[in-house]
Amino acid sequence: MNRNRALTPIYLLTGLAAILVALPFFVGNYALSVATLILYFAYTGQAWNVMMGFAGQLSLGHALYVGVGAYAAGALFFYYGIGPWAGLWLAIALCVALGLVIGFLAFRFGISGVYFALLTIAFAEFTRIGFDHFGWTGGPGGMFLRVAQRDTWDLANFRGPPLMYYYAMLFLTAGAFALCAWLLRSRAGYYWQAIREDEEAARALGINAFRWKLLAVAISAAMTAVAGVFFAFYYNNLFPEQIFHISRSIEIILGPVIGGVGTLFGPLLGAAVLTLLSDGISDALNALGLDIPGVKQVFYGLVLLCVVMFLPHGIWPPIARRLRL
Amino acid sequence: MPAADLVANVVVSGILTGLVYGLMALGLSVIFGVVRVVNFAHGEMMTIAMYMATVLFAALKLDPFLAMLPVAAAFFVFGYALQAGLINPFITRPEHSQFMLLVAVAIILVNAMLMVFGPDARNVQVDYQLESFELGPLLVDKARLFAAIAAVVAAAAFFAFFRYTLTGKAIRACADNYLGARIVGLNVKHLYALTFGLGAVCVAIAGCAMVLLVDVTPPLGPSYTLLAFVIVIVGGLGSMGGALLGGVLIGVSEALAGLFITPSAKSMFSFGLLILVLLLRPQGLLGKRA
Repeated sequence: MNRNRALTPIYLLTGLAAILVALPFFVGNYALSVATLILYFAYTGQAWNVMMGFAGQLSLGHALYVGVGAYAAGALFFYYGIGPWAGLWLAIALCVALGLVIGFLAFRFGISGVYFALLTIAFAEFTRIGFDHFGWTGGPGGMFLRVAQRDTWDLANFRGPPLMYYYAMLFLTAGAFALCAWLLRSRAGYYWQAIREDEEAARALGINAFRWKLLAVAISAAMTAVAGVFFAFYYNNLFPEQIFHISRSIEIILGPVIGGVGTLFGPLLGAAVLTLLSDGISDALNALGLDIPGVKQVFYGLVLLCVVMFLPHGIWPPIARRLRL
Repeated sequence: MPAADLVANVVVSGILTGLVYGLMALGLSVIFGVVRVVNFAHGEMMTIAMYMATVLFAALKLDPFLAMLPVAAAFFVFGYALQAGLINPFITRPEHSQFMLLVAVAIILVNAMLMVFGPDARNVQVDYQLESFELGPLLVDKARLFAAIAAVVAAAAFFAFFRYTLTGKAIRACADNYLGARIVGLNVKHLYALTFGLGAVCVAIAGCAMVLLVDVTPPLGPSYTLLAFVIVIVGGLGSMGGALLGGVLIGVSEALAGLFITPSAKSMFSFGLLILVLLLRPQGLLGKRA
């Protein structure tokens, strides 16, 4: 019995991976773009979850890392023709440095909870307005990457058909899942959870909370930076108003909160539910001929409200109990 | 370098607008100080108050200062119901859960406004908006001055309420010691709802005053939410005087940034100020250390 119980997640993951790998052979381009979006939110949600779900540090400014990562790799490509594989490292380095600065300042000065969350918003907004006035990256007019050959897979420049982006995102999401599963069972994971549950007690046990919290921020920022690079080369246009906006940060958070904060499957499930829901509401409203601007988001907000009210721990924990995981 | 009297005019205008900001932020601060929930739908509520003022003006030719009464009454009921119905069950839940609840409320409110009023800007036009008082080198807009006076009067009424009335004292008791307040028999849930209702009244009055100064569009909601955060953190989350001081500081810094640099960079200074205050004095300028 216990053996089976331990194996259930493995079966589940294998099945899920098989379905996701095979998906492009059965669906069209539109469904593939929706699936890519789901994976993108699952990935960024997983990254955010390292900071909040594991270490208990609520960030409401993760769009900062997406934006800085996207602009770093995008600008290298735009101005110097340097491909995303080199840009990736610059993006990660910049975001880790930023995350460490924010984390260092916040944790050194004992800022936590609501205050920490508001500090992360402040840094993201500060950067957004900064990029709006930064002519080198195009300012509010945006930066546009050249869109060249779209039919063949050009992995060196990360240019290719939608299928390539789908598999890239699938690879990233699977990698993030594996990394998080490993992290949760590592020394860092246990320290983080101890800090999340009771920081005073964790410190009394000799855990250097300051250092481990910084590690969580650094890992989370690095993972999110990679999503930013993907964003730049998938959408090819970057506007500060869009990429750094607080609603982008909220989008990143919605998946794991709805799916289940601190769980491995939560970000995946939450991203899928929310993206499909948003799409389904659009379709349903179009079918009913109700395309007044705002209607869709009102429904979306209502559903969100219901989930938050009636499933306080997210969708995944009750399912996990049902599956006896 | 702009002339000194221009700078003085800009500073005065910043102070007056800042007082209206301060009243809006006072609502957020009172709600956080007592209920310990950060109202992420604050700016959206502010925008709704502004829309209500434009509607009352268009339909009944009601001056925004008179519209304060019905709008405040409606907001009190709305705030009370929101706290009693939705937020009270979330009091003991973790912060991110409360945050999501209010984000959902904010999404619903801002898009409901978009549905009802559309994306175009609306405003009210009264004759005293174009008039001003001349005080030596200073030219003070009548509308801005009246709006600031309304904000100060409302804020003073709030101070008096919390200081001198029995209900106000009971609310402060809840804020000081939740358990103790329950032990002495206070109906904490009712008092929480009352607090949220009163916070909403601040927003209603600030919104009616603000509609005289700026045009209202749905996206104004989220930006006012952020503005209110900045103000209360700078002044001290939970401190009533701090909210007004923060409002004036932000109002002046926005006005000066608009004059010396570029108007679009003005909120960068507000956020820069926020970051500095959070790092150097996280409890805010007038806040007490927790």
